Amino acid sequence: MSRDYLAGAPMPARRRTELGLIILVVILTGGLYALAGFGKAGNLPANIGPFLAVLFALLVIAHLAMRRLAPNADPILLPVAGLLNGIGYVFIARLSPHEARLQAFWTFMGIAVFIGTLVVVRRARYLERFRYTFAFLGIGLLLLPLVPGIGENINGARLWIHLGSFNFQPGELAKLALAVFFASVMVERADLLSRGTRRFGRFLVLDPRYLAPMLVAWGLSLVIFLAENDLGSSFLFFALFIGMLWVATGRMYYLGLGAGMFAVGAVLALKVIGHAQSRVQSWLDPWAHAQTTGYQILQGIFSISGGGIWGVGPGQSSASHIPEASTDLIFAVIAGEIGLIGATAVLIAYMLLVGTGLRVAIRCENPFEKLLAAGLALVVGVQTFVIVGGVTRLIPLTGITLPFVSYGGSSLIANYLLLALLVRISHDVESPLARVQPELVTV
Amino acid sequence: MNRQIRLLGAGLMLLFVALFVNLNYLQVVHAGSLNSNPLNGEAVVKEYTAQRGNIISADGVTLATSVPSNDSFKYLRQYPTGALFEQITGYFSFTYGSDGAERTYDKVLTGKKSPFKLPTSIEGLKNFLTNTNASQSITLTVLDKLQTVARAGLAGRLGSVVAIEPKTGAVLAMYSNPTFDPNRLATHSAAGAEAAYKAISATPGGILDPPAYRQTWFPGSSFKIITTSALYDHDPILTTQVQPRLAALPLPQTTLELHNFAGEVCGGNLMELFTVSCDTGFGQLGLSLGAQNLYSEANAFGFDQKPPLDLPFAAASNFPAASTFAQALPTLAYSAIGQEDVQATPLEMALVGAGIANGGVIMAPHILDHVTNSQNQTVETYTPTKWLTATSPATAASVTSLMESVVNSPNGTGTAAAIPGVTVAGKTGTAQTGTGRTDDWFVAFAPAQDPQIAVSVVLPDQPAGTEYQGGTLAAPIAKAMIQTYLSSQPPTLKSNG
Repeated sequence: MSRDYLAGAPMPARRRTELGLIILVVILTGGLYALAGFGKAGNLPANIGPFLAVLFALLVIAHLAMRRLAPNADPILLPVAGLLNGIGYVFIARLSPHEARLQAFWTFMGIAVFIGTLVVVRRARYLERFRYTFAFLGIGLLLLPLVPGIGENINGARLWIHLGSFNFQPGELAKLALAVFFASVMVERADLLSRGTRRFGRFLVLDPRYLAPMLVAWGLSLVIFLAENDLGSSFLFFALFIGMLWVATGRMYYLGLGAGMFAVGAVLALKVIGHAQSRVQSWLDPWAHAQTTGYQILQGIFSISGGGIWGVGPGQSSASHIPEASTDLIFAVIAGEIGLIGATAVLIAYMLLVGTGLRVAIRCENPFEKLLAAGLALVVGVQTFVIVGGVTRLIPLTGITLPFVSYGGSSLIANYLLLALLVRISHDVESPLARVQPELVTV
Repeated sequence: MNRQIRLLGAGLMLLFVALFVNLNYLQVVHAGSLNSNPLNGEAVVKEYTAQRGNIISADGVTLATSVPSNDSFKYLRQYPTGALFEQITGYFSFTYGSDGAERTYDKVLTGKKSPFKLPTSIEGLKNFLTNTNASQSITLTVLDKLQTVARAGLAGRLGSVVAIEPKTGAVLAMYSNPTFDPNRLATHSAAGAEAAYKAISATPGGILDPPAYRQTWFPGSSFKIITTSALYDHDPILTTQVQPRLAALPLPQTTLELHNFAGEVCGGNLMELFTVSCDTGFGQLGLSLGAQNLYSEANAFGFDQKPPLDLPFAAASNFPAASTFAQALPTLAYSAIGQEDVQATPLEMALVGAGIANGGVIMAPHILDHVTNSQNQTVETYTPTKWLTATSPATAASVTSLMESVVNSPNGTGTAAAIPGVTVAGKTGTAQTGTGRTDDWFVAFAPAQDPQIAVSVVLPDQPAGTEYQGGTLAAPIAKAMIQTYLSSQPPTLKSNG
């Protein structure tokens, strides 16, 4: 399988492609920024020059870091993330200049974390050694908002923590830590997990011992759901677990069981939590609750439908009446202003990101890295589906960010971290010499 | 694991396809109803609070304007001319939406988008790219002076008057009774608007559908313009035939007869038939011509097509499909004289007159003349476009001379429209509605040698008298319209150039 890479494109070609794509991204984002500024205020944004310079500089710095740290990595990952980040910034800037300044800072931090991760994590498989650290970290981060004094309720969900003057959404980082943990444990126990059946009379049933991890994951996601009212993170976490378990074992019954457990959990939660009930009500019939719980989703829907095929034009919708326009509902603003065409382009960008992640996973030979890459791609795909599906009323709306696009520091940093891991694995995969003679490759 | 990863990819792809399909549903399939959903209050308020330009008549009268109001709507829309222009300007109501030019030119008035797809000027480009509210005013082709004459002519009776400039398709006047004062719906009082809306919709005559372009009546003998044109275009030999003098025409496939109006006896050559509007003669000519020829001529003149008027929901006039006549030839004779299932809007009949006046070419009817920005500079000007080629210049010239005879011959049915010093071409119509009442029409244009104005007048559902009421009731109104228009220096419409 790896034979063809020996004869594949030499290293600089991939990075040249990446640089070309980065230039394209800067042009696209710059054009969008100019149009949005024009649309909103009737003239070019005053800081268009610095904006373009900083955007270009940030991406080129990341690009140069990759030349040095991960020269064989896939050339699509960084430009697509940069494009999404850029589009997100343009729409945040058009909604709130204050948030845009913070987002610019967090983008800077995100790129720093990206490079830092590439520096620190020289081989993705080294992460496997710290599996229990990551388990502890992931679960701890998930439960952190429950700690009195630092947790904070925002919009009925307790998924934020205070640290000094910063608000932080630890769930964003938890999903990464847990993906690493799941990957290492599941790869090691894959055989056991896939054989874990016991004959019980005439039936084959799952050995309770192997059911235990599922119950733990299910319990944990229920806790997040019940105690933090965070339907989105809870679902994302559980979907990640079940999805990776299935990828590792290939046993369909995990998918079936997972779906069943999710349904039970959801019904249970609905009986208990008012917040979840209203979310479902406003999903099924927002019209009946137009002024209360259905208000947010309807304003989003109206913004989207108002956009039509071509959109009303960047910066030209009012958008001020959409609650959470820059975070949860940013996709509604994007679809309204750049229309079906633009929204579809954004969806395609995510498909490229997810597809590239999965391709990296398929090419991977190390099972841990393979499962980790698949898990990371899964997180991006499912998270995008959950929030875009929520905003477009395909599924109930939950408070979760649109990766790279939504306003939010924790989200951006976590996603750049995720990107760095994918880049690292991709580089390892595409460096066949390193596998044979590691000492020949100097990084 | 590769198998699972590939399946995972396929599964995620499926989810994204679901998102894409749903987006299409929201932004394309269902967008219209979502955008007009009453719960979409923010959109309505946003639109309603946007500054709106004026609507101005061709002779400079302000027809619609926005005045600042001290409530959350910011501006109150006012119509200084009241009911006179309602069927052209329409209304702009927070509760009931908009109609008329307010609806067609909404984006132009609020300055959001150019009326013509892509911006052509720097100013237009700037408006296209921004939401800075550069409200624009529109100047119409309609004249306050002619509109007033139309209203005076109808004198409160049910009916419509439409006047068109044949060379450009510019609508010079379009007035109908019943009408109402759009200020009643524009009020910011929701209760007031609701009460007004109820009262207005309860008024008989389909008041919310401007009769001039959304309602149809039997055109009666005014349809003989098209029948005659069909003779020249499809079977010229028939134009030289002499029809026998009859009081009643025996019809094929039946024992019924087609009777002349008031039992008159008439016949002769085409000129004689047309001048006195001889029904037996035209019934026979229609039968000789055949259903297909008559249908395609009616179609060429715009029947069974929605006219491209720049006002919402213009109705198509109706002429039955040729195949419907095969087993019902008597109805063909009746259709040739504008009865049976033939139905026309007043606008369509004005366009028929304008088509003959303009050498057989019907220009697209329009009310917009030009758009001006807040600095009163013209940003866009309507460019006249052809709608249909109804007939040849030769046929148009022949029909014109027949129409002149209707007004100028002592025995013509339209002598009431004669104007000293001006050659008026016209055709009367007095359609039996089957209830002992008549729809009375007059279709005319003048001066015949260089037509400046084409007019159609209809007074529907009049008690039947002993004479051709299209000539006695409708023709004088058309005459007043023509006189008024020709006696004043016609305003230099920008779209003339």
